[in-house]
Amino acid sequence: MSDSTLARLAGHFALMSLFAIGGANSALPEMQRVAVELEHWMTARQFTDVFALAQVTPGPNVIVVTLIGYQAAGLMGALVATLAMCGPSCLFAFYVGRISDRLQGARWSATQQGLLPISIGLIAASGFVVATAAAHNVAAVLVTLATALLCFTTRLNPLWIFAMAALMGLADLL
Amino acid sequence: MTGDEFNASYALCQFLPGPNVVNLSVIFGGRIRGPLGSVVALIGLIGPPFIIVSAIGFIYARFGEIAALQRMLMGIAAAAAGLVLGTCAKMALPLFRDRLGLAPAMALLTFAAIGVMRWPLHWSLAVLVPLSIAVAWVRR
Repeated sequence: MSDSTLARLAGHFALMSLFAIGGANSALPEMQRVAVELEHWMTARQFTDVFALAQVTPGPNVIVVTLIGYQAAGLMGALVATLAMCGPSCLFAFYVGRISDRLQGARWSATQQGLLPISIGLIAASGFVVATAAAHNVAAVLVTLATALLCFTTRLNPLWIFAMAALMGLADLL
Repeated sequence: MTGDEFNASYALCQFLPGPNVVNLSVIFGGRIRGPLGSVVALIGLIGPPFIIVSAIGFIYARFGEIAALQRMLMGIAAAAAGLVLGTCAKMALPLFRDRLGLAPAMALLTFAAIGVMRWPLHWSLAVLVPLSIAVAWVRR
């Protein structure tokens, strides 16, 4: 684990931090592009695994970054990637939180209106990219579609769905 | 923090870049105890999951190639992708109240740039964010 890997983890995730509009899940395609295609820290299948592990682990979505960092450079990599992904956006959030009482009026609400479709487009792209990566056969696609439908129409705790999907995978149905 | 303050902060965090809940903890901590409050809230939120996830990372690095585990993760990944898509569909519903269809069009452009073309995030957003905000400002 060289220092240059740590520096590259820090650089990539610090930049991503400021562009993940809508949350950590908005940046999943960028994470995959960087970790798999650009830096070759992991294979495409390992990225999908890590995404799955992060979704079933309690805690904020950002922990997928911890797993990518771990895969790239061990425990130090996990720490550096997590701090880099949180640092710049936290400083920004702290500053905006301080002045948020003054952020009112038509321009500010128009700015929010402008950012909303961006965040939705990003999350849709994330869903599409991870769905494509997980779609290795028809049954897997059906699981994705059924889960999407259940989440859209019900308030079912997704952990139940994950448990079912894991059992189906274990039973070699997927 | 009052309920209204919390709701306002939560709404704000939907638009701020970076992990939402993490940002919320920073703003919340900052309101109560300034910068130190933010740091403590951040450590409290990220610390325990970090330890759990690092342990999972270690286990995965060791046993990730076991076939049974592979198959389970495949199933979870397929379901988790569906969760992201279903949640996204819920969030997208208000966009379609836009009579001119410009908001759905911006969302579609963003989707195409990142999800289909796989262009780098920062370059794509350097164009899309000012464009989308400009459109919203003009229409206000």
